[in-house]
Amino acid sequence: MKLDPKIPEGPLEDKWTNHLNEIKLVSPNNKRKYNIIVVGTGLAGASAAASLAELGYNVQTFCIQDSARRAHSIAAQGGINAAKNYTNDGDSVWRLFYDTIKGGDYRSREANVYRLAQNSNHIIDQAVAQGVPFGRDYGGLLDNRSFGGAQVSRTFYSRGQTGQQLLLGAYQAMMKEEHSGKIKNYPRQEMLDLVVVDGKARGIITRDLVSGEIQKWEADAVVLCTGGYGNVFYLSTNAKNSNVTAAWRCHKRGAAFANPCFVQIHPTCIPVSGDYQSKLTLMSESLRNDGRVWVPRKKGDDRPPNDIPEEERYYYLEERYPSFGNLVPRDVASRNAKLVTDEGLGVGDTGLAVYLDFRDAIKRDGKETIKAKYGNLFDMYENIKDENPYEVPMQIFPAVHYTMGGLWVDYNLMSNVPGLFVAGEANYSDHGANRLGASALMQGLSDGYFIIPYTVGDYLANEELPNVSTEHEAFKEAADTSSKQLDKLLAVQGDKTIIEFHRELGKIMWDKVGISRSKEGLESAIEEIRALREEFWNNVRVPGEKNYYNKYLEFAARVADFFELAELMAIDALDRDESCGCHLRDEFQSEEGEALRNDEDYSFVSAWEYNGVNGKLETTLHKEPLEFEFVELKQRSYK
Amino acid sequence: MSLMTIKLKIWRQKNAEDSGHFEDYTLDEVNEHMSFLEMLDVLNENLIKEGGDPVEFDYDCREGICGSCNLVINGRAHGPKHMTAACQLHMRNYSDGDTIVIEPPRAAAFPVIKDLVVDRSALDRIIQAGGYVSVRTGAAPEANLIPVPQDVSNAAFDYATCIGCGACVAACPNSSASLFTGAKIAHLNRLPQGKPERENRTVAMVEQMEKEGFGDCSNFAECEAVCPVGISISAIAEMRRDYMKAVL
Repeated sequence: MKLDPKIPEGPLEDKWTNHLNEIKLVSPNNKRKYNIIVVGTGLAGASAAASLAELGYNVQTFCIQDSARRAHSIAAQGGINAAKNYTNDGDSVWRLFYDTIKGGDYRSREANVYRLAQNSNHIIDQAVAQGVPFGRDYGGLLDNRSFGGAQVSRTFYSRGQTGQQLLLGAYQAMMKEEHSGKIKNYPRQEMLDLVVVDGKARGIITRDLVSGEIQKWEADAVVLCTGGYGNVFYLSTNAKNSNVTAAWRCHKRGAAFANPCFVQIHPTCIPVSGDYQSKLTLMSESLRNDGRVWVPRKKGDDRPPNDIPEEERYYYLEERYPSFGNLVPRDVASRNAKLVTDEGLGVGDTGLAVYLDFRDAIKRDGKETIKAKYGNLFDMYENIKDENPYEVPMQIFPAVHYTMGGLWVDYNLMSNVPGLFVAGEANYSDHGANRLGASALMQGLSDGYFIIPYTVGDYLANEELPNVSTEHEAFKEAADTSSKQLDKLLAVQGDKTIIEFHRELGKIMWDKVGISRSKEGLESAIEEIRALREEFWNNVRVPGEKNYYNKYLEFAARVADFFELAELMAIDALDRDESCGCHLRDEFQSEEGEALRNDEDYSFVSAWEYNGVNGKLETTLHKEPLEFEFVELKQRSYK
Repeated sequence: MSLMTIKLKIWRQKNAEDSGHFEDYTLDEVNEHMSFLEMLDVLNENLIKEGGDPVEFDYDCREGICGSCNLVINGRAHGPKHMTAACQLHMRNYSDGDTIVIEPPRAAAFPVIKDLVVDRSALDRIIQAGGYVSVRTGAAPEANLIPVPQDVSNAAFDYATCIGCGACVAACPNSSASLFTGAKIAHLNRLPQGKPERENRTVAMVEQMEKEGFGDCSNFAECEAVCPVGISISAIAEMRRDYMKAVL
């Protein structure tokens, strides 16, 4: 397997411009001869599809939801970063780049991250032009808030629904192009395989989720924008239908999977309440602008929080990290929540929660100000927990939220399978070992609006792409494989439900491949995953049939892929003998419990090649070395 | 924590051609902290174990923002709690022994796919008719070039917050999509970026709504009452005003 990152030469700030000047273009007359498939219609997919269609390509889009507008980007709350420096606090493209590289604990490519920071400003312009109603100040200009891991205010927001508003902007752009006839969207269609002909991605296999029919689609290039794989943990903040299947099937067709163990555990979610629980709800990081995180200093202090006097409250983030305080990056905040609950200082029924308290902010700014900033989040909390956060501190706990790992891509966002591009959360690219808040929306839209439209064109202009028909043997073989897998799942007729298996898998992952990992734990996780996967294929009960709408069959196929991915995540975590960002290995930490990187041996991207599953996952590690020319590698410190 | 027994009457329909019927179920040990959809998950787990056919219903984010869920619960879209989507409804709103009737949103423009799952693609086609600003990627001016007064921006947001669930259609005696359509028109038409296409947008979207088989609005205001995000019926007034301005 050859992994060439194709990073352009030259000074950091000129790399992207130089590259744009050099890449090949497709003439307007020729663009209409090309078919491009975009899978997934979240921020990356919708923005890529709309932009490609505006250029004149024929675009087909596929999503599993009933409408393109429902992709999970819609649930992003807090905001989107951009280096506009509207607040005059010294922000710049360089600072956004630097914060992102540092926040990712130096496990991402400099060139990619710098380009992301450069594109950030165009995204805000584009969204405003589309009518995205960002928060504004009294003068009618755009307002900013602060997010973790940064000492400037650079986060643009639409109340607590920034993802929704940006996605609707991109979705509407997509609908505009569907109206013009350049996009055809196929909702309720799930990609089940990638079709590779002569070494190039030439199409996909889907299942029509309404009729159950397996369908074949040919294309000149495939752009995968299918999101992250956090649902491998069963409980996460991801939407219930978010899954790894499209990406995993590409992996099985040869696309390398990079840094699978890098999973972001978000510090501020509503804690788990019972076994029936189907998902976890995030409370935006923006709350940490005004909320103070604390636990009682005394173990087993079961007084109501408002009865605990100031001196008996342990504001552990403020004490341990005086310069960033409650606004430390997500990995640091999550790890510290685990540390204090491990010490027995946790609160709530389960002891697996900490307080996020707005008492002082309400005293300082008044209830109305706090309500204007976070009203919808407070309502959401009250609705779920049945407690009023204006009066009683919120209870929060970390939950799986985002996956930095994903399919390996080069600087052009193309995987090692020519013609397969990967954008948004589905790729490994810009966030290294930890993503900063308000950077996911930025990356999805940077990829979709401002990178994919150029780099896909460059690929098409450079490649010989003879016509292929869906009658080609490769299409038949892939369709057959997909169909047989569904038959196999339906034929088991065992005793345990899909959810029971998924929940058990999630528990292994949370306990042993979660906030902290150890050699011993990972080794036992691998054994347990293999045994449970074996049991799954012998004892799962999938109801119904495949030739009609059957959501449980969809889930069964997705869980089958999670079972393989889970093993790869544990293998990757075991291989990485260091701590970095979200990846905390118990064996590698400072005396104060901070992550200890090993730049000497682990300054690389792990890119795994799939060789099959035979009781165990057969996989080969390839390494893309990370070279830092422009920043100096330092131990991260937020103290 | 209290556990309840809940009786359910759920609409079962194999596909669009099937005439459909209600089926009765009893669910024991329903925890008050469960969400409504988690209660249905538990029902389905039981049905699967008994070898039955689980109830199909649409859902995704389960945080009230994606707009996938659209159950009509005891005759009310999204159930009894004001400004709350079905996925954010919790069982603490019910009591031991209650009977709950669950149906799909019923409208000619929303054909049933299976059980409680319907086809809402008509709403996408209304947006395709004109629910956007015709700006190309890359052509945008600097974001702060045109100031937008805070109250205008806030009002635009209040309409833009629509989640596209279709509860307004389900609640309307005329099965009108006027609140959905009006919300997008009122969002875009009031912003400086949306003004150039104001007339064309309004006419195209209203005409598409009619073409899809949605009824007209006769001011029942049921839509506003059930809207999980509180879109005001003034959206419809704005749509009508802009429509009249455009066609007269």
